[in-house]
Amino acid sequence: MAQQPVPDYLGDESVAPASTEPASTEPASTEPGPAAPAPAEPTVPAEPVPPVGARLDLPEAGEWKRVSPKYVMVEIVGTVIFLLVVCAAAGALWLLLDQVWAAWAGGLLALITLISLAFEPRRVRSIGYQLRADDLLFRRGIMYQRFVSVPYGRMQLVDITRGPVARLLGLADLKFVTAAAASGVAIPGLAEADADALRDRLVELAESRRAGL
Amino acid sequence: MTSLADGDWHRLHPASPLLRGGIFVFALLGFVIANLRERLVELAFGVPRESGDPIDAIYENGAVGWALLIVAGILIVILIAFTLSWRMHTFRVGDESVEVRSGILFRSHRQARLDRIQGVNIVRPLIPRLFGAAKLEVSVAGQDANVQLAYLGSALADGLRRDILQLASGARQPRSAEAPTAVDEPTTDADAAQPAADSATGLPATRRTALNDYANARVGEFLAPELDPDAAPPESVVRIPLLRLIGSIVFSGFTVFIVIAIVALIVSVIIGGNEWLLIAIFPGLIASIGYYVSRFTKSLRYSIAGTSDGVRVGFGLLTTSNETLPPGRIHAIGVTQPVAWRPFGWWQISINKAGHSTNSGAAGQAATTVLPVGSLADVAKVLELILPGFAIDEQRALIQQGLTSRGGGNDGFTNAPRRAAWLRPFSWRRTGYAVSAEAVLLRRGVLARELVLVPLARLQSVAINQGPVRRRLRLASARLHTVTGPVSATLGVIDVGEAVRLLETVTAGAVRSADSDTSHHWSRSAQNSPGTPTLVPYGPTPARTTPTEVTS
Repeated sequence: MAQQPVPDYLGDESVAPASTEPASTEPASTEPGPAAPAPAEPTVPAEPVPPVGARLDLPEAGEWKRVSPKYVMVEIVGTVIFLLVVCAAAGALWLLLDQVWAAWAGGLLALITLISLAFEPRRVRSIGYQLRADDLLFRRGIMYQRFVSVPYGRMQLVDITRGPVARLLGLADLKFVTAAAASGVAIPGLAEADADALRDRLVELAESRRAGL
Repeated sequence: MTSLADGDWHRLHPASPLLRGGIFVFALLGFVIANLRERLVELAFGVPRESGDPIDAIYENGAVGWALLIVAGILIVILIAFTLSWRMHTFRVGDESVEVRSGILFRSHRQARLDRIQGVNIVRPLIPRLFGAAKLEVSVAGQDANVQLAYLGSALADGLRRDILQLASGARQPRSAEAPTAVDEPTTDADAAQPAADSATGLPATRRTALNDYANARVGEFLAPELDPDAAPPESVVRIPLLRLIGSIVFSGFTVFIVIAIVALIVSVIIGGNEWLLIAIFPGLIASIGYYVSRFTKSLRYSIAGTSDGVRVGFGLLTTSNETLPPGRIHAIGVTQPVAWRPFGWWQISINKAGHSTNSGAAGQAATTVLPVGSLADVAKVLELILPGFAIDEQRALIQQGLTSRGGGNDGFTNAPRRAAWLRPFSWRRTGYAVSAEAVLLRRGVLARELVLVPLARLQSVAINQGPVRRRLRLASARLHTVTGPVSATLGVIDVGEAVRLLETVTAGAVRSADSDTSHHWSRSAQNSPGTPTLVPYGPTPARTTPTEVTS
């Protein structure tokens, strides 16, 4: 459906579109179900909730364009730096100020961070976007999924930023800004040339469908 | 057209620097009086003074000449500064933009495009109002981006607003329906530059009549109805009865807080020994009386009315304010009913808008509350003014259902499934959405009921979210993004399939609606029916033809 003249950022990672992943492999399925039984228990018959089809997905949507797999490195470096800061802070509290709880809290936080590190490649693969006829569709997240659709005409500006690690890898982040602060469409980890091409394409699309504020 | 919107540079009211520095001037006056109070008491009542004051000190040091020189010097400097600042502060209203130049040392030049105007606000604080001056503020989107003209003659400000809105509306020729009598004659005689000119002639007799005229005009303005009867058809005007206003303030969340505080106070007194609680709470209770009074006086004389250039919201007893919002400047509308208002059937309407006036709104709330309290009939009237396409029967029925329906069943809304009761034990029946030709309607809350309307043409983007808990329940949540404001268009629970449908229909609607939207020049499209562009039924627009350069 969305045959754009934009360069195909898909590359070879298109073999793993998230939408075709079986739901059973999700970490979500290991979650403890509908948390504490709500006070409405007597009025609600326990309805069997099938695990399949519960996942948020856009079946009619075309093929998702993915961000560069190299972006995993950026995320990992960020997480590792965070881990080091946490360990340093906890260690300082523990050794210098004799706060034993700090060691436990720091250790727990480090463990959670390490586990989340294992999901990093999967999380990066979940980021996707599509240029449809009239709107930009953006998705991200596995446990907490988010789909955003922004009509092109609502564009206020397109922002391209490059962090230090991303610059080393030749990547850039693209942010599509509307008048609503909550829109939050930020596509990270695009190859620099692709980010520029996508920006020009988005500006062109927005120009042809300009709407007032 | 008044002479002010002719594309030439104009100056403000000559007393502007004095009025703008209002607080400072009063503080200075207070300082002088405080220092000389014993002397003043002696002058008035003949009570002998005991200690000396600054004037005594000056006498004793023999520095009278110096003191007089210094006072004269300060007065001259202030006079020169005020005159310069008045001369340098000029504005111009052209066909395309409003411009203001100001500043003596640091010059600033601000220009706002007329088709980007989000609202025009006229505020009359008490003291400038006594002098027949008003502050005009043209708001555009963005932080601190407003163009302020402080101060103008009262009648000039009204005329200028009319002209600005007319230019912005895209109606190039003067509207014949607009009555030129809106500016009544006696007030125009006594505006801006007039008093200064009179004092120059110096003839005592003419001066006295001029002064008389001036005073009469001021009194007339002060007592004049807040809303000019010619400006809006009377059937579109919504007012708040006094009793309802008092009731709405009494039955507010703040009162609950006060009652709890009083109960805590009584209990602590009965138990005894807790003086500190008394000390902590009592001043707060006294302050709350002031809060009630100010809320009350600020909401008095409230009116909302439809004019040919948008909705006009006015309020205030001593300090008055009224803002005109052109059509299509409202990004989201929230109609809410707190629990305590249910027995009375009262509702409140607040909006999200892109331009933010620096002045607060009615009832001490943000200027985003367009109806502080009103019955269902009032809500219908206000929605008719601020919502495009309200007149369509289908949409009217939907709004009715959205406000009062108990939910569930086939009431035009797509409601949350039964399993949503895990997350919304009471309100799941009423949690739903509907999409009409011009707006999305979100309904939620069963005790405190709420209906959110988002005009499709103003919608920025749509998001659907799902976390682990909602995934287990085959639910999702949805959020419509608009400009920031008090109304948040979120739907906490929605069926997964419905969420996807919502995303697709709302996006398609937003694209279609933005294409047919002409509200940046609202009158240009409605030339054939002048006077009521807000009430023109929009109707379902033909489906958008997709441009070929995209689908190819």
